Amino acid sequence: MSNIPAELRYAASHEWVRPEGNGVYTVGISEHAQELLGDMVFVELPEVGSNVSAGDDVAVAESVKAASDVYAPISGEILAVNEELEDSPELVNSDPYGDGWMFRIKADDESELAELLDAEGYENSIDEE
Amino acid sequence: MTNKTVLHPKHLEAGAKMVDFHGWEMPINYGSQIEEHHAVRRDAGMFDVSHMTIVDIKGPQAKAYLRYLLANDVEKLKDKGKALYSGMLNEAGGVVDDLIVYFFADDDYRLVVNSATREKDINWLNKVADGFDIQIIEQPNLAMIAIQGPNAKAKAAELFSAEQKAAVEGMKPFFGVQSGELFIATTGYTGEAGYEVMVPAEQACDFWQKLLDLGIQPCGLGARDTLRLEAGMNLYGQDMDETISPLAANMGWTISWLPEERDFMGRKALEEYNRSGKDKLVGLVMEEKGVLRAGLTVKVEGGEGVITSGTFSPTLGYSIAMARVPSSVRDTAEVEMRKKWVTVRVVKPSFVRNGKKVEH
Repeated sequence: MSNIPAELRYAASHEWVRPEGNGVYTVGISEHAQELLGDMVFVELPEVGSNVSAGDDVAVAESVKAASDVYAPISGEILAVNEELEDSPELVNSDPYGDGWMFRIKADDESELAELLDAEGYENSIDEE
Repeated sequence: MTNKTVLHPKHLEAGAKMVDFHGWEMPINYGSQIEEHHAVRRDAGMFDVSHMTIVDIKGPQAKAYLRYLLANDVEKLKDKGKALYSGMLNEAGGVVDDLIVYFFADDDYRLVVNSATREKDINWLNKVADGFDIQIIEQPNLAMIAIQGPNAKAKAAELFSAEQKAAVEGMKPFFGVQSGELFIATTGYTGEAGYEVMVPAEQACDFWQKLLDLGIQPCGLGARDTLRLEAGMNLYGQDMDETISPLAANMGWTISWLPEERDFMGRKALEEYNRSGKDKLVGLVMEEKGVLRAGLTVKVEGGEGVITSGTFSPTLGYSIAMARVPSSVRDTAEVEMRKKWVTVRVVKPSFVRNGKKVEH
């Protein structure tokens, strides 16, 4: 069973969301998602300053096996992206909830968080796959 | 029903991720396929290839049979143990399978054919055998382990007896020798030096463990695919199949046209294709971000083609592919990548050899 930290929120499309305070949230993909994809070779990230809506495909995680879209779990402005991934995409494999983070987003409407899954809900959604 | 090789418990023990590979439950990786890939290019890795089919051909007409069965000519094999890569064609000149044949004597050969095509191949071997005085003997009780990489031979030799060490001493590439209980061959599917070792099934787990104890990295099918593609080696079912001429699959070098009087299965169709053939297999290189994938359409001078195998090359750090395209192809191709057309370079289908980039 893969690691699903209880303090995070999740989208059924395998992104995780961590609150950083002041309406800012860090986003990455789950351990389960990186396991499915296998070794990461390229990560394409959104532009800093761009505005995105929940459900937009904003990034691409490309592994040896396949390219997979990464969706914005909430709406808002992209404040930062993880530039380390440019040279070290494997961080998504080795530390998906830490150094493998993808982007930070300033939420337009924090009530959208309520739409996301908690750890248990995400685990159930994986089991149904 | 799922087949398992005798080494299956060793894969589970090592925490391998197992997948179905044409009816065989095989390791795709033991953690990171890229690390496994690098182990083979830089040091030594090993693969369980026991799912492959080993078939011995014996009898007074073994040579005559193989000269008819195969597009390459076993007449070339003069030295005991010498191996040859060949396509096995159907009447229409399509590839039934690709294989390695080892020569021991005019009445004694060994074939190694693909696992995915085992049943079809055995049926075909039997069908073509009609009228030849030969025996077709499968060897399901042999496991096979490929040990590959710049340090593979030296490491593997630590497990050899004095007799086996002497038997492989100075052995050139593409030879095999039976010594003691091991059949040791200087063949492989990675573009690196190394051995493919056939070992009696009951000894295979012990042999694997000893290789592991020597620090040889176990590698799965994922690394096997990126390694063979970098080396420009075809994968049956992807780069060619029964509907594809070997001439459209970069296998022209495996066809022995001479002597002209040698009739072999598929020869007439092949001669016809050689006159009118319109496709060839080329290599593609894309140095920008993204990964070329099998099935993508490519546009080239004179028409359209298709990517037959594509991947990210861990050694080169960018994407490489093989594509079957009209032979009017020039030095670039256009590929549709995520809704935009990208220009890629067309090269010979060979990218990495002995750990080094092939300069085109």
